[in-house]
Amino acid sequence: MSATDQSRPPQPPQQRQPAGAGPGADIEEKAPSRLVPVWRFTVAVLRMPSGLFGVLVMLGFVVLALACPLFIHPSDLSVTQATGPLLASPRHGYLLGTDPAGRSVLTLVLWGSRTSLAIGVMATALTMVLGATIGLLAGHFQGHVGRLLMHVTDWFIALPSLPLAIALAAVLGQGAASITIAIGVTSWTGTARLVRAQTLAVEARPFIERARALGATDTQLITRQVLPNVMPLILVSSTLTVASAILSEATLTFLGLGDPTSVSWGSLLNNAFMQGAVTAGAWWYLVPPGIAILVIVLGFTLVGRAVEHVLNARVQPR
Amino acid sequence: MSVGVQLDAPAVSGPEEAPERSEFWVYLARKVGAAIVSFVMLLVVGFVIFSLIPSDPVSALTRGRPTSDAQMNHLRAQLGLDKPLWERFLTFVGHTVTGNLGYSYEYHQSVSSLIADRLWPTLLLMGTSTLISIWLGMWLGIRAGWNPGSVLDRSASAVSLALWSVPTFWLGLILLVVFGSGSVGGIPAIFPAGGLQTQGTAGGLAPSHILDVGWHLVLPCLTLVAVIFAQYVTIMRSSIIDERGNPYLLTARAKGLRDEVVRRRHAVPNALLPSVTVIFLQVGGMIGGAITVEVVYSWPGLGYLTFTALRIPDLQLLEGTFIVFSAAVIICNLIADLLYRALDPRVRRQ
Repeated sequence: MSATDQSRPPQPPQQRQPAGAGPGADIEEKAPSRLVPVWRFTVAVLRMPSGLFGVLVMLGFVVLALACPLFIHPSDLSVTQATGPLLASPRHGYLLGTDPAGRSVLTLVLWGSRTSLAIGVMATALTMVLGATIGLLAGHFQGHVGRLLMHVTDWFIALPSLPLAIALAAVLGQGAASITIAIGVTSWTGTARLVRAQTLAVEARPFIERARALGATDTQLITRQVLPNVMPLILVSSTLTVASAILSEATLTFLGLGDPTSVSWGSLLNNAFMQGAVTAGAWWYLVPPGIAILVIVLGFTLVGRAVEHVLNARVQPR
Repeated sequence: MSVGVQLDAPAVSGPEEAPERSEFWVYLARKVGAAIVSFVMLLVVGFVIFSLIPSDPVSALTRGRPTSDAQMNHLRAQLGLDKPLWERFLTFVGHTVTGNLGYSYEYHQSVSSLIADRLWPTLLLMGTSTLISIWLGMWLGIRAGWNPGSVLDRSASAVSLALWSVPTFWLGLILLVVFGSGSVGGIPAIFPAGGLQTQGTAGGLAPSHILDVGWHLVLPCLTLVAVIFAQYVTIMRSSIIDERGNPYLLTARAKGLRDEVVRRRHAVPNALLPSVTVIFLQVGGMIGGAITVEVVYSWPGLGYLTFTALRIPDLQLLEGTFIVFSAAVIICNLIADLLYRALDPRVRRQ
């Protein structure tokens, strides 16, 4: 984070050449060293056992989700083409038993990682874009605009997120897109506050004053000076957001707001609940999707915490 | 510190009592004003979500039924959909403020009366779980924060993290299939599989009925507690850690008090103040848990009502529950703000 402190001066104003030629050349030489702190940071995170475990879990799930189509055929997921016994416990030759349609629960849970991860990541991206935009604007324009934006943010923080997400998803209709929007709209507030605080800190530094003196516009200041310095923080907070987005996705899909045809962990639990797996005592249908959610959320949370820990350890000694 | 404040508080507030009192009214007015603004914003958001986003509520209402154009137009006029937007918004605000949340065509009942019917099961569930969670969370948090890094502290953090990572509804499903279905691993169905009471029993305040409701309450309550108590552990732990370094504790120790007495009589009362208000701030998060738990256990509260409204979908009913949930959160936040000032003299003097 600190490496980008001496960001390049704003490009467009031509008059910077005579004034900033000396320091500009100096910075050009240092430019390649930007990657070194990133590398050091990664090593510091991986050195923590929880960080390493989290990264391995994250990578494992991503690889699994991407590799699924290699060994799972669409017919394995089809309700009509399933060949197994109906709702059979794991003793009947299937590692994790079967669902009421005769599909292998193991296959379904593996395939479910694709939808859950995809929606989790997309919703996080939306959250980050919304939160970062509002946070940057609120931090940069410190007058009425900033105050108004922060009031809106505070108000959204106070609002109960699940009822709001349910209302949004219900109105937008079933499906992945509406769930993604619902999660994004309800979870951007934390990012906005974080980004605003960081923007205020960055804008207090002298190089912003310098850029301003050189004639940089608001847009240039935000995109070229502040954003590169806030970006690491945005990326860091995104790991924790993915965790809560996956949880929200599972919850909303369980409540029946997801795409009924796609297989995700939430929809598996929804099917299990609706089709009487509870009264049948079909624990093999209920346990695996939940364990999958638990492990992946734990993985993302541990990475997020390890990253926070490393960041704090670096910030505090100063 | 608490002793110090008590000692010099009269001296300070004596001559300045009048300005302090008027300050309180200013504070109260500001907070109530903020709550009213929040409520107005809630109405705007509710109006945008439920009145602007859906393309045509009438076609959603009449879906699957043969309806003529004339009938549809009549319905539109009846619902006020042919009026300009601002007029619709004002009507909506007027209705909501006077407690008219619309009519549920699914239940053939007004939304307000439906919500009133389902309110107390939700209050019962959330109230009981909150009380147990606070007790458990504070008990654990105080002990964990008193010795940070101890075995108890680390296991409390690990358990909280694991429970945070579990979806609430899944925990409910697992508890239900283990203790409520009677078909897993030979464990008998100790607790009922759902509902508020055994079917066919009369209500009222008979002891047998109260016991019956309590028996039905165990599993939903357990699920909710498991998910929310961790927050109280965290809050209590960090506020005890903040108190731990204070000199007045050194004084207490120097007097020769036992460690447990120092903690219970000196550290905890001070650490308790900030935590009490946080309890009210947690309500928003709890509502989410309560909805899914009510769904899993068919608990006939507002969450289950939301779920049934969602499946139809009955937008009027959804709008009603959304507004009630959000208004509850706004009120709880207001209470938290006021309590914070009332309980902690240090805030008042700033």
